[in-house]
Amino acid sequence: MGKVRIGVFICHCGSNIGGFINIHNVLEYTRGLPLVKHTEDNLYTCSDGGLSSIKEKITEHNLNRVIVAACTPRTHEALFRRACEEVGLNRYLFEFVNIREHCSWIHMNEPEAATEKAMELIRLGVMKAAHLVPLEAASTQVKPATLIIGGGASGLSAAVNLANQGFDVHIVEQTGKLGGLASRLWKLMPGDRLAHEFVEPLVNTVKKSKHIKIYLNSIVKEISGFIGEFNIEVKTPQGKKDFSVGTVIVATGARELTPIGLYHHGELQGVLTQLELEQMLKRGRKRFRNIVFINCAGARTPDREYCGRLCCATSIKNARYLREISPSSSVTVLQRDVMAFGTEFELEYRRAQDAGVRFIRYEPDRPPEVIGEKKVSSVRVYHTLSGEEIMLPASMVVLTTPLIPNEGAAELSRMLKVPIDRYNFFLEAHLKLRPVEFATDGVYIAGAARFPVDIREAVAQGIAAAAKAAAPMTAGEVILEATIARTEPLLCSGCGNCEMVCPFAAVEVRKDDKIQNKSFVNAVLCKGCGACTAVCPNGAIQQLGFTDHQIFSMIETMAFEDGSDVF
Amino acid sequence: MLKAHQKKSVLVLGGGIAGLQAAIDLGNLGFHVYLVERSPSVGGRMAQLDKTFPTNDCSICILSPKMNECSSHPNITLWTYSELIKIEGNIGAFRAKIKRKSRYIIEDLCVGCMQCVEECIYKKPKFPNEFDLGLSKRKPIYKPFPQAVPPLVLIDAKTCIQFKTGNCEQNCAKACERHAIDFNQKEEITDLKIGAVVVATGFDMLDTSGIEEYGACQIPNVVTGLEFERLLSASGPTTGHVLRPSDNHAPKKIAFIQCVGSRDIRNHTYCSGVCCMHATKEAILANEHDREVMSTIFYTDIRAAGKTFQEYVTRAKKEYSVSYIRSRPAFVKEDENTGDLYVTYEETTTREKRSDAFDMVVLCQALEPSGTDGLSEILGFSLDAHGFIQIPNPLSAPVDTTRPGVLAVGFATGPRDIPESVVLASAAAGRVAELLRS
Repeated sequence: MGKVRIGVFICHCGSNIGGFINIHNVLEYTRGLPLVKHTEDNLYTCSDGGLSSIKEKITEHNLNRVIVAACTPRTHEALFRRACEEVGLNRYLFEFVNIREHCSWIHMNEPEAATEKAMELIRLGVMKAAHLVPLEAASTQVKPATLIIGGGASGLSAAVNLANQGFDVHIVEQTGKLGGLASRLWKLMPGDRLAHEFVEPLVNTVKKSKHIKIYLNSIVKEISGFIGEFNIEVKTPQGKKDFSVGTVIVATGARELTPIGLYHHGELQGVLTQLELEQMLKRGRKRFRNIVFINCAGARTPDREYCGRLCCATSIKNARYLREISPSSSVTVLQRDVMAFGTEFELEYRRAQDAGVRFIRYEPDRPPEVIGEKKVSSVRVYHTLSGEEIMLPASMVVLTTPLIPNEGAAELSRMLKVPIDRYNFFLEAHLKLRPVEFATDGVYIAGAARFPVDIREAVAQGIAAAAKAAAPMTAGEVILEATIARTEPLLCSGCGNCEMVCPFAAVEVRKDDKIQNKSFVNAVLCKGCGACTAVCPNGAIQQLGFTDHQIFSMIETMAFEDGSDVF
Repeated sequence: MLKAHQKKSVLVLGGGIAGLQAAIDLGNLGFHVYLVERSPSVGGRMAQLDKTFPTNDCSICILSPKMNECSSHPNITLWTYSELIKIEGNIGAFRAKIKRKSRYIIEDLCVGCMQCVEECIYKKPKFPNEFDLGLSKRKPIYKPFPQAVPPLVLIDAKTCIQFKTGNCEQNCAKACERHAIDFNQKEEITDLKIGAVVVATGFDMLDTSGIEEYGACQIPNVVTGLEFERLLSASGPTTGHVLRPSDNHAPKKIAFIQCVGSRDIRNHTYCSGVCCMHATKEAILANEHDREVMSTIFYTDIRAAGKTFQEYVTRAKKEYSVSYIRSRPAFVKEDENTGDLYVTYEETTTREKRSDAFDMVVLCQALEPSGTDGLSEILGFSLDAHGFIQIPNPLSAPVDTTRPGVLAVGFATGPRDIPESVVLASAAAGRVAELLRS
């Protein structure tokens, strides 16, 4: 593209920069730098006037590189790049130098040193700009179809939402029926609705939808590809099924921990879990005598540290139902902290107390003891608040155990190249702000596969994940990053460091016939974080926009007085 | 990138994390979004936090990109300092009236350079800074906080000399090279046609002045949780040095009292949902700032029921000198000579009555819905017994209010932490897409 002709626009940012840095001196200095064909200062380069001036000067002086020395690229880079593009200059031939955050703000008490630093940073910027090359952002088409793995409350809610938006959905469910854990419960909270009154309409909507295809007794065997086009292989009772989708939602749910070895579960008759109790209630059992619930069975222990989130609510709900169904019964809940957070659960906690449920606090270092021969007869517990050990007669003991991830999470995590934690719960992209996404584009997470949730949360997460998946499918394409990593095969030794450090599963060392043992960057998945380029021992993998050539030219110029020697 | 049938507009009320997320997701789904925020900047409560549990991420650092994304999103129109005053019509075809209050600044001209603030006739800040909950001062012309979006100033007419006397030198206007100051600016009413509304108006803090036993609003070294958060923040009134208000001494022993007005029949019977964790976080941070700080958290139940929350509490105990005592203290008394505080309580697990000295007491007060009374009149939806927006069918429609086409998310619908609010916000976007497309 001919000789490099650089324009430098220096911003006062009102007095934010101009109040501390001697812009006049910076301007004079910049004018003397090699390849710089135009310099000017603006009170606000980001104002309409500033932007128009950039555009005019590009044309007037035939500039082919533009530098703005101003504030932060985080807020303003897109704006200046757009201005360049509007007059036909490739947006990646723009370079930003931050002389506000890096100079005037941080060094406001040393204006001279700040001015000197601004000059230095602009010199480095000029050096880098000289080595910039035009880049093009590619795009990829997104197929308007979603694979949902798991047919529980969150998976089905996601499916209905996406189908109503007009997208095709494939639900792969491991068991023989839809509905998940919710379909095994008796009543749901809040609202005291029978579980099937919630589950059945949802399942029926899914079954009736012309957009939704259901694969029961099926598992996902293989997933390849990336956002836009994932190729899926499903093993069904009718044989292998292949199809492709644009996005994937993981909603594989969780199951109740079976308390093997805890409180004589499986050894003494009458020691159940909450789910076993729900099924007893579902079958219509009406008579209960002395019931003791033990909460935090297998949760909040050194080897399973997490709180099961909804177990307290489950015990509160079922304890009250027992009192209501069988008013002569005695129901005691042995608890640690009662996790009745929010409005509804706290209200339920009070309702249970009002219904005559007794809550007794125990300490984990003095846990309750279940006593009986063949059949449970009593529970001994140290009553923390009265400071005494008490004996509770017990015809039935119900253990409140936490949810644990369903089997297959580890296998799925491998297939999708998404992370799981030490309990096999899936790890979302960000615990606070990206709770239903994975770091990998096009793959989303909902429901108890991420962490225990109640039904309401499962449904909300399902719909949230659907909204996330719908965005690229609505647009029909995703615009890719241009500043991504790229491998030079001649230099690559196939060591695999790059593949190991990539957080987005974008790099792989290919071992097929054509490309022998060479690293390959998937342009769709790469986010341009640069992790791979830092670990490459051969400099074979380069980050576009931040190549070794560009960065080293900046570093080298710092060794010289004015940088002129390295041109 | 948009398909023709999606060119519908959606109104999002509230620019906190829930409203921002809903707006971004709706924008990404191809809707045009009007994000209307009552205060002069988006960011909401999350912007006031120092860090967030349980990852100790700097709150504004993870929020600020979302704020900027909203203001630069091609599908989002951001109106701060604005309020919904009327709505008519039905789902798919609402007509809304938005009042755009006057900030006495021409938004298109102001670039937030602060020259006007510098030159204001008040040489020193004099009026309570809302963002710092009155712990610092501002001038009548001010930027709400350093990372405010939009990054513009505004004039508070109640404290500005020009508005009070009509006779100010108007140094601010003289200083503004862009002529952005307009003392005659009038509020505007704008009509919008929208298909759906998402309400994300968040929470306020319970007024603790009625809680006399703890000396709230009486004893200087008794502060609220959010005030303590500002004391921890590098952008706060003490630039991140925790100093107690009475004498600016660095406290070494801090007490946190939980459930102040929550789970309390005199105030709110509900659990505010986030206080156990924010107290734990604040205790951890205070110790990170000064390893000699020892905190005691007086709790009812430690409700650490979220992902990695238990682990966070364990770390607080093991690594950050935080102790937890199960008790609701009876009262807090001040030693007027030293400013030290005595917390009298019964340790319920040992049934021991004690009175311990602390340098500072933090009240983790109840959080309550913000402005839902007025909104329920304008928007015609029902509230629950506590004033939160009612979600009549939380299991199958977790973001639908009683009025079709009006959805509600975040703390406005009940106590929610940040990830829960974000999930509901995204769910509302999904729900809007479903409602307006099918």
